[in-house]
Amino acid sequence: MSRFLLKRFGLAVITLFLLSVIVFAASQLLPGNLGRNILGPFASRQDVAQYNHAHGVDRPVVDQYWTWISHFVRGNLGQSLQYNVSVGSLLGPSLVNSLKLAALAFVLVVPISILGGVVAALRRGRATDRVITVVGLSLTSIPEFVTAIVFIVIFGVLLKWLPVGAAWPTGAGFFTQIKHLLLPSFALVAVLFGYIARITRAGMIEALDADYARTAYLKGLPAARVIFRHVLRNALLPTIAVIATQTGYLIGGLLVIEKLFNYNGIGQRIYVAAQNKDFTMLQSGVMIVGLVYLSATLVADILYSVLNPRIRYGGAD
Amino acid sequence: MAASLTAAQPSRSEASLARLETVLQLLRSKTFIAGNVVVLWWIFWALTGSRFTPHDPLAQNPLEILKGPGAGHWFGTDQAGRDVLSRVLAGARDTLEVAPLATLIGVVGGTTIGLVMGYFGGLVDEGLGRVIDAFLALPLIVIAVTALVAVGHSKWTLIVVIGAVFSPIIGRTVRAAVLGERQLEYVQAAKLRGEKPPYIMFVEILPNVVGPIIVEGTVRLGYAIFAVAGLTFLGFGVQPPAPDWSLQISDNYALLNASNYEWTVLFPGLAIASVVVAVNLIADGLQQVLDR
Repeated sequence: MSRFLLKRFGLAVITLFLLSVIVFAASQLLPGNLGRNILGPFASRQDVAQYNHAHGVDRPVVDQYWTWISHFVRGNLGQSLQYNVSVGSLLGPSLVNSLKLAALAFVLVVPISILGGVVAALRRGRATDRVITVVGLSLTSIPEFVTAIVFIVIFGVLLKWLPVGAAWPTGAGFFTQIKHLLLPSFALVAVLFGYIARITRAGMIEALDADYARTAYLKGLPAARVIFRHVLRNALLPTIAVIATQTGYLIGGLLVIEKLFNYNGIGQRIYVAAQNKDFTMLQSGVMIVGLVYLSATLVADILYSVLNPRIRYGGAD
Repeated sequence: MAASLTAAQPSRSEASLARLETVLQLLRSKTFIAGNVVVLWWIFWALTGSRFTPHDPLAQNPLEILKGPGAGHWFGTDQAGRDVLSRVLAGARDTLEVAPLATLIGVVGGTTIGLVMGYFGGLVDEGLGRVIDAFLALPLIVIAVTALVAVGHSKWTLIVVIGAVFSPIIGRTVRAAVLGERQLEYVQAAKLRGEKPPYIMFVEILPNVVGPIIVEGTVRLGYAIFAVAGLTFLGFGVQPPAPDWSLQISDNYALLNASNYEWTVLFPGLAIASVVVAVNLIADGLQQVLDR
């Protein structure tokens, strides 16, 4: 198993390196002539050259990449071109905000959708199954801001149960924060529910049809015990993988949701940075999103291998 | 040799019979029919534009600002006094233009990538696969926003960028299908005949993996609408004053903070929802018939 983990880890590092190259290359395309963009069309050519020199963008590309990435891994994200303060001091709190929102969505979506998938599988082919599958598929495919609008109209505007904006008053306590984050996280839950429920349902059905489940039933174990001890343990393996890949969506989907709810998260930061061509901010923001996603995938792979006896004992990959 | 090769191929009438059977199966699928009815309804409005809408979707009327749904304006009016119903109907055009074209680019690019990876295998496959993995570590919308800022945003760059982002995703699916074909006899036979790789990939293998490509393409069309809607909402897609659905939502959602003007965003939202759900129903039907 350690060989398996080592290999996974190695692959993650390679992917991470490629990701950093892609992000760097993309943000090279972005600013055009950086100094000209920042200083405007009337600045003298000398000033532009001086600005470019001060920001190091007149050096060879490989050099610039190395400077950026070596600073990045040491936690130095550079200066924001737009705000003239360090990127880290802006991205840090935003990342925390985004993680709060993502965590709440996560805490809500995982039990709901696993329950949905399990119920659908146990009622396979019947009306309950069709309803869960069709509703899940529909919710998943509708853009998150559309679902969010519907939720806002119902719970915020008509019933007035929940606040319409996500930004809480400064100094708000834990529960007030959660109250403000409920509507945005509902929208994320709606998008993710379908995926996770569908995979759980498929995993459950496969496990229910397996010989060991039949054996367990035939040797007279009560149904609940068969489901919890034997079926669920195996059925949830693919679900874990899907949940991890969906965290990538969770962080990216925040871009739209954070704008809709006017919430200062990392998605909002990336959006504003992209609009203002603040490429140091954009680079770091995008890189952090990729980092979060890759770590989630890695954790999922490790969990998967710990839970899956075929990998735990086999050493295969 | 030549005789045995032709004998192995199903005869022409057999092939068309199989195709007829597929079509009949599709027509029996309720979800497929329901999805098509909804999509055809929106295609009708996309083609006719503002010709049959009750009002001009762009005409502003300062005397009738933010009127609730009622006689005269069934879906109410927006903050410029424009008729929401007419805008929702005419708004079909932008979505139905951008998303299918973007998907088409993605399918063409993805098919090429998938054929190359699956056919050559080895280092080519491994290398391209790593790069695609790195790409997919970023959420689609983040890549698209970055790219759109770099190349400038308009309807056409949106189409190209989404198509480009979809290519590696579709490429993966096509690759998996090609891997299943590569070892089959007809490919070996073509190699022995001395055919060039492009010929084998596009003339020999491609027709045999069309099924999965169609299914993947339809599924992607749903995602394309999703992505186009999100990016337009952020301001990177279709530009005002077009009556695009997402644009209507981003124009008016700030009103919800102040008061109950929910009809300005609810109806365009339902329109988007109806199209994506319909496309997914079609994809579901296709999947059940073609992916056996």
